[in-house]
Amino acid sequence: MMTLRVLTKRASSSIPVGRSSFSLLQKTREYCLGVLSDGIDRNSDDFLRNSKAMDEIMSQLHSHIDKVLSGGGAEAVRRNRSRNKLLPRERIDRLIDTGSSFLELSQLAGHELYEESLPSGGIITGVGPVHGRLCMFVANDPTVKGGTYYPITVKKHLRAQEIAAQCNLPCIYLVDSGGANLPRQADVFPDRDNFGRIFYNQAEMSALGIPQIALVLGSCTAGGAYIPAMADESVIVKGNGTIFLAGPPLVKAATGEEVSAEDLGGASMHCKVSGVSDHFAEDELHGLAIGRSIIKNLYMAGKQGIMSNTAPDFKDPIFDVKELRSIAPTDLRQSFDIRSIIAHIIDGSEFDEFKKLYGTTLVTGFARIFGQPVGIIGNNGILFIESALKGTHFIELCAQRNIPLIFLQNITGFMVGSRSEASGIAKAGAKLVMAVSNAKVPKITIIVGGSFGAGNYGMCGRAFSPNFLFMWPTARISVMGGPQAAGVLAQIERSRKKKQGVEWTQEEEEKFKGRVVEAYEKEGSPYYSTARLWDDGIIDPADTRKVLGFCLSASVKQVPEETKYGVFRM
Amino acid sequence: MASIIRRKIHLHRLAQNHILIHRKTLSSTTEKKTQCIEKILIANRGEIACRIIRTSKRLGIRTVAVYSDADKYSLHVKSADEAVRLGPPPARLSYLNASAIIQAAIRTGAQAIHPGYGFLSESAEFAQLCEAEGLTFIGPPASAIRDMGDKSASKRIMGAAGVPIVPGYHGDQQDIDFMKLEAEKIGYPLLIKPTHGGGGKGMRIVHNRDEFVESFLGAQREAAASFGVSTILLEKYITRPRHIEVQIFGDKHGNVVHLYERDCSVQRRHQKIIEEAPAPDIVNEFRSHLGDSAVSAAKAVAYNNAGTVEFIVDTDTGKFYFMEMNTRLQVEHPVTEMIVGQDLVEWQIRIANGEPLPLSQSQVPLRGHAFEARIYAENVPKGFLPATGILHHYCPAPVSPTVRVETGVEQGDAVSMHYDPMIAKLVVWGESRNAALIKMKDCLSKFQVAGLPTNINFLQRLANHWAFGNGLVETHFIEHFKSDLFVDPHDATVQKEAYHAARFGAALVAACVCKKEQTASKESLPGGDSLLSLWYSHPPFRLHQPARHTMELELDNEYDTSASKLLKLSITYCPEGNYFVETGDSDFNGLEINVLPLGHHEFRVEADGLSMDICLAVYTKGHTNHIHIWHGKHHHYFRQRMGLELSNSDESEHKPSFEMGSHPQGTVVAPMAGLVVKVLVNDGVKVEEGQPILVLEAMKMEHIVKAPRAGNVHGLLVTTGQQVFDGGVLFSIKDD
Repeated sequence: MMTLRVLTKRASSSIPVGRSSFSLLQKTREYCLGVLSDGIDRNSDDFLRNSKAMDEIMSQLHSHIDKVLSGGGAEAVRRNRSRNKLLPRERIDRLIDTGSSFLELSQLAGHELYEESLPSGGIITGVGPVHGRLCMFVANDPTVKGGTYYPITVKKHLRAQEIAAQCNLPCIYLVDSGGANLPRQADVFPDRDNFGRIFYNQAEMSALGIPQIALVLGSCTAGGAYIPAMADESVIVKGNGTIFLAGPPLVKAATGEEVSAEDLGGASMHCKVSGVSDHFAEDELHGLAIGRSIIKNLYMAGKQGIMSNTAPDFKDPIFDVKELRSIAPTDLRQSFDIRSIIAHIIDGSEFDEFKKLYGTTLVTGFARIFGQPVGIIGNNGILFIESALKGTHFIELCAQRNIPLIFLQNITGFMVGSRSEASGIAKAGAKLVMAVSNAKVPKITIIVGGSFGAGNYGMCGRAFSPNFLFMWPTARISVMGGPQAAGVLAQIERSRKKKQGVEWTQEEEEKFKGRVVEAYEKEGSPYYSTARLWDDGIIDPADTRKVLGFCLSASVKQVPEETKYGVFRM
Repeated sequence: MASIIRRKIHLHRLAQNHILIHRKTLSSTTEKKTQCIEKILIANRGEIACRIIRTSKRLGIRTVAVYSDADKYSLHVKSADEAVRLGPPPARLSYLNASAIIQAAIRTGAQAIHPGYGFLSESAEFAQLCEAEGLTFIGPPASAIRDMGDKSASKRIMGAAGVPIVPGYHGDQQDIDFMKLEAEKIGYPLLIKPTHGGGGKGMRIVHNRDEFVESFLGAQREAAASFGVSTILLEKYITRPRHIEVQIFGDKHGNVVHLYERDCSVQRRHQKIIEEAPAPDIVNEFRSHLGDSAVSAAKAVAYNNAGTVEFIVDTDTGKFYFMEMNTRLQVEHPVTEMIVGQDLVEWQIRIANGEPLPLSQSQVPLRGHAFEARIYAENVPKGFLPATGILHHYCPAPVSPTVRVETGVEQGDAVSMHYDPMIAKLVVWGESRNAALIKMKDCLSKFQVAGLPTNINFLQRLANHWAFGNGLVETHFIEHFKSDLFVDPHDATVQKEAYHAARFGAALVAACVCKKEQTASKESLPGGDSLLSLWYSHPPFRLHQPARHTMELELDNEYDTSASKLLKLSITYCPEGNYFVETGDSDFNGLEINVLPLGHHEFRVEADGLSMDICLAVYTKGHTNHIHIWHGKHHHYFRQRMGLELSNSDESEHKPSFEMGSHPQGTVVAPMAGLVVKVLVNDGVKVEEGQPILVLEAMKMEHIVKAPRAGNVHGLLVTTGQQVFDGGVLFSIKDD
């Protein structure tokens, strides 16, 4: 409660304005009411400490990223090159429009997940434009375990397809894979969200008119063979590309037939005889060029691009986006005003706040990002009943107006205690969750701080299928904070021991608590989350505005759907 | 005499000043005297047609262009008030078709025909035909053309008039054995050339008696093909000659003046490439002596209108001899115009109108110094062979009152095999020779042509040569200094320097191309979508890493056409919008480049603390991007393959002709597109190294294709009269 009081005070009282932006603010205030000050003292110890701590966190992140960017190691890369093949990211670079951007997803998937390293989960996914049309790319990395599918590889592939289906993005599969990873077949093959789901998704999206394009740039064995076969259009590269249900060794074992890979499932055979592939490419660059022209010829497929409701002009935020690295404290116990982050990511830092004086621990309001109108919901402390009701109201507004929602999570949870329970905090939380779940507008979640407990749900966590979900490297995610969990578990343990009549020393209890805190610390880390695909990636805070822009761009071009809610508990 | 002219001019000026007051009386008197030219047909093409049209327009004279099918959309046709089609591209069916031209003049009501240079300009028959049809031929009387057109006859007349002439044989006796005897009399080395025509066509130097027969027959054949007359003359060959010519002008009242001399010594293939006026390093006494001789020469043939008397000056003895007189306006007339401040085409028209010369000899001013550099489509390393192609990018040096660019082509035009491959003449003037030379060097570095090989680089090397700077010109200048002018492909230092400059150019190209492509992708988007355009903002976004781009540029080695180098460039997009370009060379640390687009082709770049304007031209042929860059004094040319390495059959279609390396050893390809005029050996015969195999004619020049080595001729399937294409396989030489 102490913290809370301080917070509320800060939010409502006049906020000191950073020196550098003072004169600019004076000018803009004359004609715009909604311009936010960021409330940051750039000379404060906090600011400097935060930015120093963030530098360390970022350099740690970059060292992890650098490792995965080099793929499956020098030897595998060399072998790949010797076959006249490009690396998957290079392939994507040549497919997207020259000099355009690419939003890669889940770069650190598979991070420390298996005993062996699996850079980026052995598959590269992301969104980028081809001939001005946003596409979802799914590219196997043949330098990582021969491009075979580990469980996380499958998960990442399916997540890319999920985004594509949700956002109506044509899918381009750059296939170069040995199929399912056989030793792990139990976790790859049989279940609903396993390998087979890839083809189910392809079929479903194709039915919805979302183009499915496969470029066979390498081997495409067994189950993998269905990716080009299920595609609307496919390209195969002479020499490198092969498609077969069973490779030459298996064929020999099964039938005794001796046949070369090229004759068994090469480009020439599939384009001239079997018809499994449609386009014959002389080499990889040729194949990629054909891929681009296929996208060029899609015309209205998937009906993407029919809406354009953004203003052609937009203002940059009046604050430097790089300062986002210094705003959020790396120590989550310290509070900060979410408006200072909002001020750094929205057009002209202009924020028209909704219900500013009510339920002040949740900040809601309208803004634009790169001209796109958005509704922003951000946490400024624990969720109270009023905050939850305010959030529900605001989500209803946005859903009615077809305004995409952006959730900025920094939430320790809903208020607990007898007063809260008696006032029906669970009811209020349920209303928020009901609204979040059913609002048929694009939703994007950024976890900028803590994401604990039911707060994660009310603020559109992973389970609530936001179109995109990214984390800052300072973020933490778990059912509750480590010390709180340790306290709860220690209590249970103590009473259990008491029943058994076993004495539990203070020292032992501290050790027990320490282990719990340590485990929560590890499992709450953004690396743990991103490795398991609980998010779509860890982003540099300074990139937040751009990433939001990209995500909005990919999400907003659909026919608006009508929102229908379930029963709100009153 | 001079005083009379001066008085006449004075009166004429007075009349002009009072033209408004006395208009009625004046026009009535002129009508009585002679009908003034109000409409001119220009019986020519290219830059000279444009040049004549320009002056005519200034004088209020209407213009009629004529054109062959190849020139239907060319600049001279567009510039003229009216245009008449003559016929198909070959000159003899179009620009040499006298009756069609006369018909065109009659049809359009032109009173006069300006023949320009070349084509019918020195045809006495044509001049006569004009007169017979009541058309004014803007040029000398037919009789003077005839007298001077026959080189042997002209020398006889000059000799009689006391003008010094070079020893030689100019008789009608053309028997080969007789000629060989005459040659012995004059002594070797000697010069063989056709009595008709000019421009060095059919001309040959014979160093010793063994070469005589082949050269003589070749000259005869070429003369017959080009001028219809195969008569040949012999002359003493002067070892260190200068070619100095005097511009003269005569009117129809018997007055002749000279407008000083031009030095046209710097030549290749006996054709001029850099001319200047006045001639460097001669004393005034010599100058007036030369001028007087030229005036005497003109008077000896009762000359009027523009003419040029060419002299050969023996630098060893300081003697000068009459060479020939060109009875037309010369290609290089602008250098004279620049130093005397007169419009020679205007003079031609006024004289044709019967007016007296505008200036007397003493009134002719001489101010400053002028150069003309001829920009040709030609292949310098292949012995200045004429080249053909499309001007994919054409941006001449900017003009000013002291810089002229005389051109007849525009960007997108073709330089075809039908006519002269000259693209433009660059004319500069300065207060002194040095001032003019500095300006010429600057203009040459700014003269941008892409799409076909040109001699611009070569002209730059010429202009920058110390001996040229000191005015030490002579006709063997290029031969004499060839080690300086043609870089030795085996000289490692020079090669390294050239490579470094090219690498710098390639880095700039990479940065500019990235910038250009990015802008292009962004501009191709449907407008008004700020979210989509975010994907194209600069620098392109990548998660936790800078965006990178690679580019492979093939650098042509200018001096060694068989070798080209592949530059692999890696471009990193920097956060500030700069490009960091690396090549992977160990001695190149990479370059951070900032690019600011100024126009369609122009960029302001900053690299390594140095800012400069550069220009880029990119065009695509087949599967290859051709990229030209002009930076500082350099012009570099790169090829960028667009990814595809297609099957062999496809590859051969796109292969440029000079890639000889792709053919098996001993294969001989056509060095240029042309017509086979003679096949000298049969397929399968055994030949010696250097033995002539066949003769090609293109651009009105003969080119003998010789055996590259001894062996048997194999696959020689071309026949006389057959058209062959640039790079087409002619035959190969195989061992027994």
